[in-house]
Amino acid sequence: MPVFHHRADPIIASPLPAGAPVIAVHGLSFAYSDGHVALHEVSIDIHAQEKVALVGPNGAGKSTLMLHLNGILGQHDNGRVQVSGMPINRANLPHIRAKVGLVFQNPDDQLFSPTVFEDVAFGPLHMGFAEPDVRARVERALGQVGMEGFGERLSHHLSIGQKKRIAIATVLSMDPEILVLDEPSAGLDPRARRSLINLLRQLPITMLVSTHDMLMVRELFPRMIIMDEGHVVADGPTPALMSDAALLEAHGLEMP
Amino acid sequence: MHANTFDRFEHRHSLIHRLDPRVKTVITLLFIVANVLLPDGAWLAFLAAWAFLLLLTVLADLPLFYAAKRSFIVLPFTLAAITVMFTLPGQPLLSWQMGSRQMMITDAGLLRFVSIVIRSWLSIQMAILLTAVTQLPDLLHALQHLRVPRILVAIISFMYRYLFVLADEAMRLLRAREARSARGWAGKSGGTIWWRARVAGHMVGQLMLRSLERSDRVYNAMLARGYDGRLLTLNPHRMQPGDWLAGVLAAAVIAGIQLLGRLPPI
Repeated sequence: MPVFHHRADPIIASPLPAGAPVIAVHGLSFAYSDGHVALHEVSIDIHAQEKVALVGPNGAGKSTLMLHLNGILGQHDNGRVQVSGMPINRANLPHIRAKVGLVFQNPDDQLFSPTVFEDVAFGPLHMGFAEPDVRARVERALGQVGMEGFGERLSHHLSIGQKKRIAIATVLSMDPEILVLDEPSAGLDPRARRSLINLLRQLPITMLVSTHDMLMVRELFPRMIIMDEGHVVADGPTPALMSDAALLEAHGLEMP
Repeated sequence: MHANTFDRFEHRHSLIHRLDPRVKTVITLLFIVANVLLPDGAWLAFLAAWAFLLLLTVLADLPLFYAAKRSFIVLPFTLAAITVMFTLPGQPLLSWQMGSRQMMITDAGLLRFVSIVIRSWLSIQMAILLTAVTQLPDLLHALQHLRVPRILVAIISFMYRYLFVLADEAMRLLRAREARSARGWAGKSGGTIWWRARVAGHMVGQLMLRSLERSDRVYNAMLARGYDGRLLTLNPHRMQPGDWLAGVLAAAVIAGIQLLGRLPPI
């Protein structure tokens, strides 16, 4: 009795209007329920095919902003966050989650299924694809991160570098329009870090990546956004911001 | 540093490993229920059940006493049955005075106690065998197809995934304690037993808090990928003729053992 459970209406992403930003955040403020204000009037636009780094000290609000992009926080922000032209609300959420591939910092949080296959299939299954499509997407996503044949492996037996790659595959399988990564190179040894940087360079997809790894920023990301204490304090081409020693120092960053 | 001692034998590819997990789960349950139903002192049937179990172990390409070695964990629990030795009426075997009460072990009580211990011991061995020949994800799928409530299956699945993460976390905590457990040249270290207990208590609390926070992050990660309260799975399992055959054969053996246990003594 093979059982396959899927929803009647697969979520097919609507095309992005020409010239519209993939992510548009305008005047977004947010306070946690304990009163801590994490975001002050944040505004950013990210267009298709951009690769953007998000830097700043711990507690600057980077992760909070990322959680907003996926509608995990702030579902009642009155259209201050728009993804592919869609405001974040209950009706749009399934579509928005398919468009924004959010990868968390700790792969042990991201990989919650017993096997790699099940984790990578989680997104497509919830998008409502039929079994052959789900399998094809898992194959393709694992191929994209260079982890073919790892489907039946158990997540807890993988190395941290492998887990990070699988974590990225779990959202690539959903065909997102933008990849949002939280500190992808943290905790990796030099070889794993290098292989991750190569992977990010190869992926032909819009990216917003929060990181403390300034060398990686210089190498990979033409555009850089600096956040501090909930404000966006700078947003511009990486070479220009990187050469502004006073700006970097004022926000606890170091020139690579 | 990984706690992966739990599933060392799941990846073999024996006849038994390849069986559909549903067959294995049902047969295990059947075996355990049948075991419990065997009458007291059905020694021949107990022996036959154990032989059946050993046969399966051999077919599974595991060391002969694989399950037996791991089964002693259950023995402390059988102590709960110790009272039947005293409460069942029968011929007294041994009696002594304890305070104002006369304690007496009867023959029927002893017989029942030993039978209970053997039954538990056989049952746990079968369960150990099941987990040794089935990957846990397969077992979970089997449970799902056997109509075990979704939420239970989900809880077991998360437990399995995060058991290792938790064990690693606990190991790190213990190691951090070790690293700071210096000892002076003179005298004992480590304070009183009360103080040590408090340290251990704090560690457990710490572990609990960390798990709670992790559960929040995991839930966010699930939401981010479209989780809407239902756990969806693809299931690769199909019952093959061999699975049906194996299931029927095993059920027949179990019925045979039951019959053996109920035959009047010759």
